[in-house]
Amino acid sequence: MIRLDEICVDFGGLRAVDHASFEIGAGRITGLIGPNGAGKTTAFNVIAGAIWPSSGRVFFDGRDVTALKPYQRAEAGLARTFQIPHEFAQLSVLENLMASASAPRGENVLNVIFRRGRYSAEERAIYETARETVRLLELEHVIDEKAGNLSGGQKKLVELGRALMRDPKIILLDEIGAGINRTLLGKLADKILMLNAERGLTFCLIEHDLDYVSKLCDHVLVMAQGSLLTEGTVDAVRQDERVIEAYFGGGKYEAQL
Amino acid sequence: MELTGLFFYIVSLLILGGIYALLCLALNVQWGMGGLFNAGIAGFYGVGAYTSAILTTAASGRHLGGFSMPVPMGLVGAAIVAGVTGWAVARICVRLKSDYLAMASIGIAEILRLVFVNESWLTNGSLGVSRIPRPFADFTTGRMSDVAFLGFVWVIVLLVYVATTRLYDSPWGRSLRAIRDNETSASAAGKNVEKFRVQTFVIGCAVMGIAGGLSAHYFRFLSPTATDPLLTTFLVWVMLMAGGSGNNRGAILGALSIWTIWSVTEIFTNRLPPEWATRSSFIRMLLVGLLLQVVLQRFRAGLLPEKSPPVRFRKD
Ligand SMILES: Nc1ncnc2c1ncn2[C@@H]1O[C@H](COP(=O)(O)OP(=O)(O)O)[C@@H](O)[C@H]1O
Ligand SMILES: [Mg+2]
Repeated sequence: MIRLDEICVDFGGLRAVDHASFEIGAGRITGLIGPNGAGKTTAFNVIAGAIWPSSGRVFFDGRDVTALKPYQRAEAGLARTFQIPHEFAQLSVLENLMASASAPRGENVLNVIFRRGRYSAEERAIYETARETVRLLELEHVIDEKAGNLSGGQKKLVELGRALMRDPKIILLDEIGAGINRTLLGKLADKILMLNAERGLTFCLIEHDLDYVSKLCDHVLVMAQGSLLTEGTVDAVRQDERVIEAYFGGGKYEAQL
Repeated sequence: MELTGLFFYIVSLLILGGIYALLCLALNVQWGMGGLFNAGIAGFYGVGAYTSAILTTAASGRHLGGFSMPVPMGLVGAAIVAGVTGWAVARICVRLKSDYLAMASIGIAEILRLVFVNESWLTNGSLGVSRIPRPFADFTTGRMSDVAFLGFVWVIVLLVYVATTRLYDSPWGRSLRAIRDNETSASAAGKNVEKFRVQTFVIGCAVMGIAGGLSAHYFRFLSPTATDPLLTTFLVWVMLMAGGSGNNRGAILGALSIWTIWSVTEIFTNRLPPEWATRSSFIRMLLVGLLLQVVLQRFRAGLLPEKSPPVRFRKD
């Protein structure tokens, strides 16, 4: 579904992504792991179009999207969450979700001033999807709260909710688990598995908790120092010497992996 | 006599208050909803004023003109020309971050002011455009025409209020506020940030142009001093901050209250000894600045803060 081909990203003198090539398979839940600073978030930014690579190409559904802007990739069916929450601070939780939906009629200036009837059906559908998503994420009690006032974990949930609002083909989740309590995290995992099984929604998730990764993902990509180190099943990857080396610079903490 | 004097004082206060309300509503679209820092309000206001003046005056030989159009046509022209000017600026500047946009828009307002001063064939330079007609000139005379004009201004304020409120309450406004709050995630959510910003800037500038046109018809005379940034850009920003950025009613409330205070302080500063009176506008600016500080201490988001609109769709 997504293919990176020899991607490089430079920040000044620093090469954050270094000739990375990998594929995220359609219909799967793929894990993207690797030590801090490996370039995982930067790779997501390249896929989503938030950062343009210095070289290399990005393909989405076989189509070269390297030159497309983030909103065009979103229109094509790509959604993402941010490692550091990027909420719409002055908007309520409900508005955060509704604003993330596609609303071609309601975003037409002439419609909203002169022909308001034209967007009411669309708006109603958006409202219902948003209510459903709020229920799913157990955010009902803060639905009218400004998103800027939420806790870190709640903001993460809003991130996920926003990604779900456009009915995308693929969702990139960047450390969605950090700051969310265990119980809810378990429920989210079930939800992700359900969306994947029932709607065929593709996921790619960056996650540090390998148990969580193994619960969700049948396939993991391991990045280190800006490029793909290896890939395979969670168990295969866990045993890989090079992965242990990359994470810990030695076998000392092997037991934790 | 005293009472009629007071009555007409209030009429003139409310006419200019209405014109400021338009400017504030326009800035609220750009800054309150869109987060676009327009520090060149005076320029777009001036473009509207000159457009409407030139379109509606009779031939004079001193400046471009002789179109003698009716006042409403002049105002439509003001909105269009100011809107197109805004569009040209937006095409170049919307990608700028807000502080750079502020600098760019100050520069553009200054360029426009130089055009008003120097292009005599167009504007009659610093001598200005005179004999600008008022609406309803055929059946109102003298001071009654002020009262008629008051009604005219506030009908326009009402129309603009309805339009900007519809914008605010709509998915368009919601997406725009989302872009204002976080451009990166708004574009990740499929919003074409540049398109929204251009639309926002154009709508705001068009309304600023209408406000400028109205001021030309009110004073019946227009010279480049009308585009003084102190009386337009600075005051309008103070009004919106005090009234409540992101709230249309706050914008109107801020315009009326700050304009009232500004006007009333004139009564006092005019009684100051002459060596002080010449500096009165700076003293008043200082006072208004202090007042804004006090308001913002008490009400951080202005008198009427931004509020999420109700979701609107037909419930059936
Ligand atoms: N915007 C940026 N400017 C400069 N350096 C950056 C930027 N974003 C990331 N980096 C650097 O790029 C490298 C990879 O970062 P990142 O992709 O966030 O890693 P990961 O998500 O795998 O922890 C790190 O060394 C980081 O400091
Ligand atoms: Mg990261």
